[in-house]
Amino acid sequence: MESLDVKQKKINQEYQKYANSIPPKSNTVTNCAMAFLVGGIICTIGQAINNIAKNYYNMNTEEASATTSITLILIAALLTGLGLYEKIGKRAGAGSIVPITGFSNSIVSPAMEHKREGYVMGIGAKMFSVAGPVLVYGVSASVVVGLIHYFFIK
Amino acid sequence: MEYIRAFITGGLICVIGQILIDKTNLTSARILVLFATLGVILTGLGIYEHVVEFGGAGATVPLPGFGYALAKGAIKGVKEMGILGAFSGGIMATAGGIAAAIVFGYLTAVLFDPKSKN
Repeated sequence: MESLDVKQKKINQEYQKYANSIPPKSNTVTNCAMAFLVGGIICTIGQAINNIAKNYYNMNTEEASATTSITLILIAALLTGLGLYEKIGKRAGAGSIVPITGFSNSIVSPAMEHKREGYVMGIGAKMFSVAGPVLVYGVSASVVVGLIHYFFIK
Repeated sequence: MEYIRAFITGGLICVIGQILIDKTNLTSARILVLFATLGVILTGLGIYEHVVEFGGAGATVPLPGFGYALAKGAIKGVKEMGILGAFSGGIMATAGGIAAAIVFGYLTAVLFDPKSKN
């Protein structure tokens, strides 16, 4: 009996090893390729908006950069509203999460989902379920960087 | 050439995110927080500036670029206003993006209903 158990365990282990080794690897490669492609395309569109802002509207680097962010955020919000951003996201993974468009999506998506909880605690509060933490950590870290510059570097 | 550099830089940053999602089970929310914060830290250390110089929008459009804008704003604020700038600089530099995200996010959520998942 015991030897059977051991055998079964061995088989289980071997299967686990096999299951762990083969499918995720190939998945990761495809996922990464899709993330690279989609992330790259979004950034290239960003570069185009940036260049238009600089060359046709005579904006400086910071103004052009802000304009690029605002435009991409608007596009991503609309695509999320129309249900198209989720479709891109299914294939693109991090390629649609990591760019600023993913930040916009992370605001619109939970806000829409929780709409029936009301305009204040539904849309108003749930908008920030992901964007809130990003702002908390990002802004806090930037204040720390500023203070370090004030006390030690300036 | 500028566009190719943006494509490659942005693509690579997203690949790092994809590897983290696949290998560590980090949720996308944590990835966003991590990347924005890393952007702030790398900018504070003077590293991310070089990535932006090379990649342009490829470095500023992904979330570390948001951190870059925050940190750069805080440093600029300190130079111009002293200690007050450490607090106001970051948000000043990113105010447009944050306000756009709030307003467009709110309007979209009001106007559209979630699509049923097939």
